Amino acid sequence: MNPFTLNRPETVDAAVRSVTGYLRPAFIAGGTNILDLMKENVEHPTHLIGLNKLPLNTIEATADGGLRLGATATNADTAWHPEVQQRYPLLSQAILAGASPQLRNMATNGGNLMQRTRCYYFYDTATPCNKREPGSGCGAIGGFNRIHAILGASKHCIATHPSDMCIALAALEAVVHVKSKDGERQIKFEDFHRLPDDQPERDNTLEPGELITAIELPAKGFAEHFSYLKLRDRQSYAFALVSVAAALELNGNTITDARLALGGVAHKPWRDKKAEALLIGQPATEATFRQAAEAVMKDAVGQGLNDFKIELGKRAIVRALKQATAGEHKAADIFTNSNP
Amino acid sequence: MSTSSSNTNYVGKAPNRVEGPAKVTGAAKYSGEFEVPDLVYGVVVSSPIAKGKILKIHADKVLSLPGVLQVFSHENVPHQAWFDRNYKDDVAPGGSPFRPLHDDEVKFSQQPVALVVADTFEVARYAASILEIEYKEEKHETDIESQRDKGHAPSKGKSGYKPPSSRGNAAKAIEKAEHRIRHEYIHGTQHHNPMELYASTVHYHPDGKLTIYDKTQGVLNCQQYVTKVFGLSKDEARVINLYNGGAFGSGLRPQYELFLSVMAALELRRSVRVTLTRQQMFSIGHRPHTLQTLEMGTNPDGTLAGLKHYALHETSRFEEYTENVVNWSGMLYQCDNVQLGNQVAALDVYTPQDMRAPGAATGSFALEVAMDEMAYAAGLDPVDFRLRNYAETDQSEKLPFSSKRLRECYRQGAEKFGWDRRPLKPRSMREGNKLVGWGMAGGVWDAQMQKAAAKASITADGKLTVTSAAGENGTGTYTIMTQIAAETLGLPLEAVTFKLGDTDMPEAPVQGGSWTAASVGTAVQKACLAVADKLLKQAKKMDDSPLKGADLEDVEFVNGLIRLRKAPEQSVVLRDVLQVSGERQIEADSTAIPNLLNMARYSMHSHNAVFAEVQVDEELGTIHVTRVVNALAIGRVLNPKTARSQVLGSVVWGISMALMEETVTDHRFGRYMNHNLSEYHVPTNADIRDIDVIFVEEEDPYVNPLGVKGVGELGLLGVAAAINNAVFHATGKRVRDLPIYIDKLL
Repeated sequence: MNPFTLNRPETVDAAVRSVTGYLRPAFIAGGTNILDLMKENVEHPTHLIGLNKLPLNTIEATADGGLRLGATATNADTAWHPEVQQRYPLLSQAILAGASPQLRNMATNGGNLMQRTRCYYFYDTATPCNKREPGSGCGAIGGFNRIHAILGASKHCIATHPSDMCIALAALEAVVHVKSKDGERQIKFEDFHRLPDDQPERDNTLEPGELITAIELPAKGFAEHFSYLKLRDRQSYAFALVSVAAALELNGNTITDARLALGGVAHKPWRDKKAEALLIGQPATEATFRQAAEAVMKDAVGQGLNDFKIELGKRAIVRALKQATAGEHKAADIFTNSNP
Repeated sequence: MSTSSSNTNYVGKAPNRVEGPAKVTGAAKYSGEFEVPDLVYGVVVSSPIAKGKILKIHADKVLSLPGVLQVFSHENVPHQAWFDRNYKDDVAPGGSPFRPLHDDEVKFSQQPVALVVADTFEVARYAASILEIEYKEEKHETDIESQRDKGHAPSKGKSGYKPPSSRGNAAKAIEKAEHRIRHEYIHGTQHHNPMELYASTVHYHPDGKLTIYDKTQGVLNCQQYVTKVFGLSKDEARVINLYNGGAFGSGLRPQYELFLSVMAALELRRSVRVTLTRQQMFSIGHRPHTLQTLEMGTNPDGTLAGLKHYALHETSRFEEYTENVVNWSGMLYQCDNVQLGNQVAALDVYTPQDMRAPGAATGSFALEVAMDEMAYAAGLDPVDFRLRNYAETDQSEKLPFSSKRLRECYRQGAEKFGWDRRPLKPRSMREGNKLVGWGMAGGVWDAQMQKAAAKASITADGKLTVTSAAGENGTGTYTIMTQIAAETLGLPLEAVTFKLGDTDMPEAPVQGGSWTAASVGTAVQKACLAVADKLLKQAKKMDDSPLKGADLEDVEFVNGLIRLRKAPEQSVVLRDVLQVSGERQIEADSTAIPNLLNMARYSMHSHNAVFAEVQVDEELGTIHVTRVVNALAIGRVLNPKTARSQVLGSVVWGISMALMEETVTDHRFGRYMNHNLSEYHVPTNADIRDIDVIFVEEEDPYVNPLGVKGVGELGLLGVAAAINNAVFHATGKRVRDLPIYIDKLL
């Protein structure tokens, strides 16, 4: 771990101004990921700006019927918030499928979006990694890549995005509010994270110095027909091999709206609008779901050890859509985690 | 005759852990926590390469940092002892032990190559992170798959290793058999990963003597290592370990934090602490990656015609670690034609190390899955098949068992589980959309006893203190020794203090092999009996003593009294004896040794039978272990609460071994890639459902005076195999390489 300085501003303006004059400034809130990365010598910030004194930890209704999640509200407070539970149970379920209670008590909403891949090679400085050290190569390609990407990967990087929460946010079409000393802007969730291409060191589209202030959920929460299905090597405290956030609107047995996003398969939450279009207007049947699943995985490419994710992903999509259709996941089920 | 109402009869009862309050309040100190004055901190730098040479260590930049005291490496560490034998610890395998910072050679990935010492831990860690080291890489080989035809029979260097013995003609018998199977079984490398990190705090006293708080399963093993390597007298190197946050075999041998911290303390003449990181915990030994082949054939009556079991596992280039992988297959079942082979192959890895039921965990997994496959090939129920092949004697040793109630384990386990409702055919049970499977397996472990000593001392106020240089890994040693001592002298538990883990105490073996209860327990009992004898002599001197003329056999120590067995109303109060005697304290040393005659006459083993239920979501490949029943025959149970806890932990570990636990190597780098607890998966609470533990009553008059057999290791055996067999029963699919990940069931 490198020496660093720390300030803990009390206003957002002070926070975004604090980046000035430092070689490698970084924001820190819950610290559940960045501290690991510092201890493992993956990241070397010279200055940390602590965010926990900022007035960004609220969860409030918006004028147009949505919900605004403060960037420094904890994952736990968000998942258990009555508005989230009742109106956006998919999000609640996704958050509770991630990490552990202790981590969720520390981790914040903004930080969740900023967490970095759990690729072994990214964490181990003895091995090459283009994300950690651009140009050094990708250790995972041709290596132990059972947990790696099957969609949207590049020859430079096959890492996956690790969040559960973000998969639900992608499906719900959240909007990320960011601010820098030069002003504010809003980023559509699908544009927030990026694919690796030839710049795997960039996880997202934030500009240097930009701070996430809030995540806004639109009014539509798919509270009746949803499922977050997470498949992993153990029942808690493990990242997804494949996860699916499925949300449907039904008129009788006909699908009138559909959202489908996958975790554990790509460098970003993998939303597939073409597959969603295949669902809309169709009967909610296994055949329909299978068709959508095939569409999602049409261009999937395995790396050897993760080939299984292609078929597993299809089956998980079908299962999640079935669960969403059945409306199986009521609030009580959220307590018992999201596993099949 | 003893009255049943005695309230100082503690053995077999279930008092809470005597050290429980110290543990939950933080009063219990672990090796990395002892406060000593003027402490400095060492951080280990680990090799990024698996094989090669260190060309240059650029220490200058690091040494110029404020607070950095020294960078130790092979370039400046004064040469210690010259001979391999000086580095050999009590449980070292054959070969040449690894010597930290000895020369420029890198022999395995994550080898310690430097120690940075600084005033604070933070500075030391930062300095270690920027220390530049140049290496010349050489070609390494870390994959046992590349050595399939290159194994060799291990030398006999390792204590406890028994070359397997064959009998009859297995090949011919299997060829003629009615039904046959032959399969390969594989499990990868596993690491012990106790919760507590390896750490050593070395207190450098003004006179140059050291008090060393080290995480270890054997303080005496560490002391003899340190004295031989650094040329110290025992008086100059006292080693203490009061608590272990788990160890599971990883602390049987001295680990490199001990060498490094002692070396630095001696060089700097200061107190030094070295704590390994979780990543470095993957460089201190492991259960070896093992390939096994089992071949079996049955006669028309379902008895085994022949059995062949071969194993090949890894070792390092410098030591020949080996374990008893296949031997169990020669003794668990009756079979006249058995062929066994055990081979090792050297790789560029650190030496493997004993890990919870070493050899047996590996071998019995393969044997018990193969037995299930054989049962199915012969169309027999797996329990019925085992009963048809029940070994009444140990055919390998050609000896009767001192006791063996495995049949009762099968019976009680099956009854509790409801095994009689099990359809034989796979894929015949469902719950909702999940397939349900029931599987069983069993295990056998050595009931061992080692030489051990203890000292007991009772003071005039009736307080008893018993000491032995044993270890406490969280298994309950403090508690059961307190129970034994209290019962032997008829004292309340509160009046007894058992102390352990200090080289100034009477000798005890390393805490392993499930032998501590038998070995140290017998020594504690013997030392207390010696005190009892002295107390009786004093009691007989009292005026009007009702005990005059009585021998030790004629009296009993109960409820603070010494009384005549034949006339319990005739008694004296123990504290009166102590006060009248005029002695400040009465004490006795005692050494217990195994009964060699009984050992030559009997095969001494513990046995168990495990029944498991799984639910499998076939479409998604997910497996839930919903029920496990583990029935064990372990002789006398000293404390059913601590014994049960050990079995619960072992069952959890078995679930881990079956479904998720594996250290994965990227052989291009010769490096373990999931070297942290986020990616090295062990079960969470959410993975664990119902676990039932049954202790089958078993009396064993031969195994040791206490009649105990040990429990920790046995509890693991059969669990992974039972789960594997249950997965087959649920799905009809057999997975022969562990763990059974989702992808293997798709």
